[in-house]
Amino acid sequence: MGNKQTIFTDEQLDAYQDCTFFTRKEILRLHGRYHELAPHLVPMDYTNEPDCKVPLALIVNMPELKENPFRNRIVESFSEDGMGNLSFNEFVDMFSVLSEMAPRELKAIYAFKIYDFNVDNYLCKEDLEKTLNRLTKEELTPEEVQLVCEKAIEEADLDGDSKLSFADFENMITRAPDFLSTFHIRI
Amino acid sequence: MEVDSVFYTDHSGRVHNNPLLDQLPSYQSLLYRRKSSNSGTKRRSSSRGRSGSSGSGKWGVSTVSRREEKQKSQMVQRPIRELATTMAEKRIHVTQRLEEARELSSLRQLRQSTRRHLRRLRDDAQAWLSWLKLWRGDIRLIEGMFGTGILSYFSFLRFLVMLNLIIFVLMFSFIMLPLIIAPHASGNITYTQKVGSVCSEYSGTARRGLVNFHEHITDLLSGGGFLERTYLFYGYYKVDKIHFPKATYNLPLAYLLVTIAYLFLSLIWIVKRSATGFKRNLIQDEDRFQSFCNKIFAGWDFCITNENAVRLKRSSLLYELRTDLEEERIKQKIADRTRKERCRIYLIRLILNLFVIGVLAACFYSIYAATIFSQKVQMDNIKENFIVDLIYEYLPSIVITLANFVTPLLFSVIINYEDYSPAFEIRFTLMRCVFMRLTSIGVLLFSLWSQITKCDNGPCVCGYNNKLYSCWETRVGQEMYKLTIFDFIIIVAVTIFVEFPRKLIVNYCDCGLAKWWGQQEFAIPQNVLEIVYGQTICWIGTFYSPMLPAICTMKYFFIFYIKKVSLINNCRPATRPFRASSSNFFFLAVLLIGLALACVPVTFSMAQINSSHACGPFVNYNTSWEVLPTTVSKLPGGIQKLLLALSSEAFAVSFFVVTCLAMFYVIALAGAHKRVIDQLREQLAMEGRDKRFLIQKLCQAQRLSAIKSPVSKSQPCISSPSYHTSFSNNFNEAVFLAHSPPASSTHV
Repeated sequence: MGNKQTIFTDEQLDAYQDCTFFTRKEILRLHGRYHELAPHLVPMDYTNEPDCKVPLALIVNMPELKENPFRNRIVESFSEDGMGNLSFNEFVDMFSVLSEMAPRELKAIYAFKIYDFNVDNYLCKEDLEKTLNRLTKEELTPEEVQLVCEKAIEEADLDGDSKLSFADFENMITRAPDFLSTFHIRI
Repeated sequence: MEVDSVFYTDHSGRVHNNPLLDQLPSYQSLLYRRKSSNSGTKRRSSSRGRSGSSGSGKWGVSTVSRREEKQKSQMVQRPIRELATTMAEKRIHVTQRLEEARELSSLRQLRQSTRRHLRRLRDDAQAWLSWLKLWRGDIRLIEGMFGTGILSYFSFLRFLVMLNLIIFVLMFSFIMLPLIIAPHASGNITYTQKVGSVCSEYSGTARRGLVNFHEHITDLLSGGGFLERTYLFYGYYKVDKIHFPKATYNLPLAYLLVTIAYLFLSLIWIVKRSATGFKRNLIQDEDRFQSFCNKIFAGWDFCITNENAVRLKRSSLLYELRTDLEEERIKQKIADRTRKERCRIYLIRLILNLFVIGVLAACFYSIYAATIFSQKVQMDNIKENFIVDLIYEYLPSIVITLANFVTPLLFSVIINYEDYSPAFEIRFTLMRCVFMRLTSIGVLLFSLWSQITKCDNGPCVCGYNNKLYSCWETRVGQEMYKLTIFDFIIIVAVTIFVEFPRKLIVNYCDCGLAKWWGQQEFAIPQNVLEIVYGQTICWIGTFYSPMLPAICTMKYFFIFYIKKVSLINNCRPATRPFRASSSNFFFLAVLLIGLALACVPVTFSMAQINSSHACGPFVNYNTSWEVLPTTVSKLPGGIQKLLLALSSEAFAVSFFVVTCLAMFYVIALAGAHKRVIDQLREQLAMEGRDKRFLIQKLCQAQRLSAIKSPVSKSQPCISSPSYHTSFSNNFNEAVFLAHSPPASSTHV
């Protein structure tokens, strides 16, 4: 490309193109968005890989994430420290997995992480109840919540331990027709 | 103490899994899939809550990791971006792969780099193509505001615009273009003439003398008058052959072949588009289709950014879950029905279905009567005044629209008494509405044809009623044109005169009527039926009016903007949400039904009804289809024999038999696959249970051996047969586990 941008070196952009589902233009645009989240924190020049992280509170206020009931969990699942502070690498990674070109298996892995509230590698009943309450903003009665979670576990649990392991989850999500179209964020 | 002896909890409440579970091959491969790091010694756990099992598992881990490295080198290199690792590790991967590539031979290097470049090129091309897509920005806006259900309606509309455009380009380039360029390319046009016959008198409705302005408007709206003898209608193409200097262009043959081609093209394009949805529908269980899991984990549309839309999505999800719970209750109730109740229900259903059939018959009869009356009035040339004339012209369209407005309301009232489950209710009402809409066009065409082929005294001389319909194809084309225009007018009028006032009334007036009426809902099924109806008319009418696809393209183009404005300003999404996945399939299925219905009249009129002798390209033939055999008979002998063989009965029957065999084979294969899937699923469940049971037994055995002999920790407990048999396949693991000191398990 002919235009001179000084944010990334060419090797960096190549590496990003290989590691994500974005084109060069989109990566530069993402950097712009990342920068405007915290202009004083994020340098414009990324050629020497600065180590800065934008805190959770700022990321969760992005218009794409603001209305999402799982926004905290999404950001936490992609952050290295588990607290939700994202470096640019993690930021790009997050939107790459959530873009429409990411394959189903990749999305399933991260969806499992997102819905696993207590981070124990299983979707137990409490995780499901928390998910449901976030979805409906607690407008279901507790009995209804119980019933729905029971039925969901009944449908997906294969090994009979009344919680969903990743294998159960993945098996179920391949049969969920809407997953690919709903589990994606446009940026 | 935990009841479940396999999973232990810490004081902090986090679950520590038994380190044995960490070492299972299935878990290791899961970890590997998540973090395929090269270093076999570092074992950073992917989930943050686990305690590092590095203590006890060092030797075991290195055994396992060595095996995985071998696995990795044998594994096909997946593209890096599909790996579920952090960005930093992915970049390490990139550098590693580059280093590896440098060590390979130059040929391999070249191949890898070309592959990478090609992939990048393909990504850029895809990005560029999607940028070109029509209405990208608008559709994104709608998606953000209303979610993927309504989005599918608008992308369906876009698909129809493209389809109609392509059909028009086809018609234009093969039929109109040769006529237009003939004078410029020194082409000599021979017109069709059938001299002397009484059938070839063409008395068109062209006006003579001074014409009033409002008559121009009538002509524009009805396709008569000055529009009749233009490119718009079939009658204008009174051309037999065009002789260019180098070749001869057979226009009748081109006309016939293009008709067949556009029907085929539509079929292939629709089937291709619906292939993914159809496949998905086939794999799923019918019962579990709208399952709870699907709603919880894939129910929230991550694309929604608008506050209002979020609120509505939440309430619709709530509604869906409640409906599902209700559905379970109703299923239970249905299963509990006594025989007497069942008989009563069946009787009610029978009566109501008869009533529905009666209503449909009444509607069809009124359409028939309206068509005949309208035709008679036009023939007798009774002119009262401008508005009444227009009404007479548009009478069939008006009756069809009224019927299509009243019947869905009726059906949705009737279905309440038939006591079906909610999901089936929706589908059944929809089916009835589809049937009503598409059959009304069929009835209109049937009544037209009964007029055309009915003569006063006995069988018709020319095969059709040439006194009233000297050019019947143009007349049919005009009816289709009127239907299209009227459909468009109705959509615009309803939006402007019903939806906007409704919004004003509901917003600003506080009376009970406003509250009861409520805000306009964007009912996807009804809207889809509307546009499928328009598209069916277009398919039927293109044979009689080659420019109809262009008119339909513009019509859908404007409808997009009208519906978008109406949606954003007036509507709220329906409380009964329409799933995106099933809706795509539903739209294309209804469109296919429309296409099938459109093929029937076209083929019937091509093959059975005599083409008119006064106009059009098929004057010299008896029926439109005849052009094909005539041309084939003029081809050289070899090709002729081949084509005749292809169209003979022997070939048709054997082709049919072969197709049936292939279909049976594929159905049997699908059934076998389904059985295998079920079996595997059961096996998976069984294996999981086995695993838990065996680990429980193992832990018990370990505990027993630890209690019995706390000193001799290193003594291998191979004597216990319980785990010996189970791990006989993985001897490494068995030996390792035998050596693992029980004290290293992370609980006391």
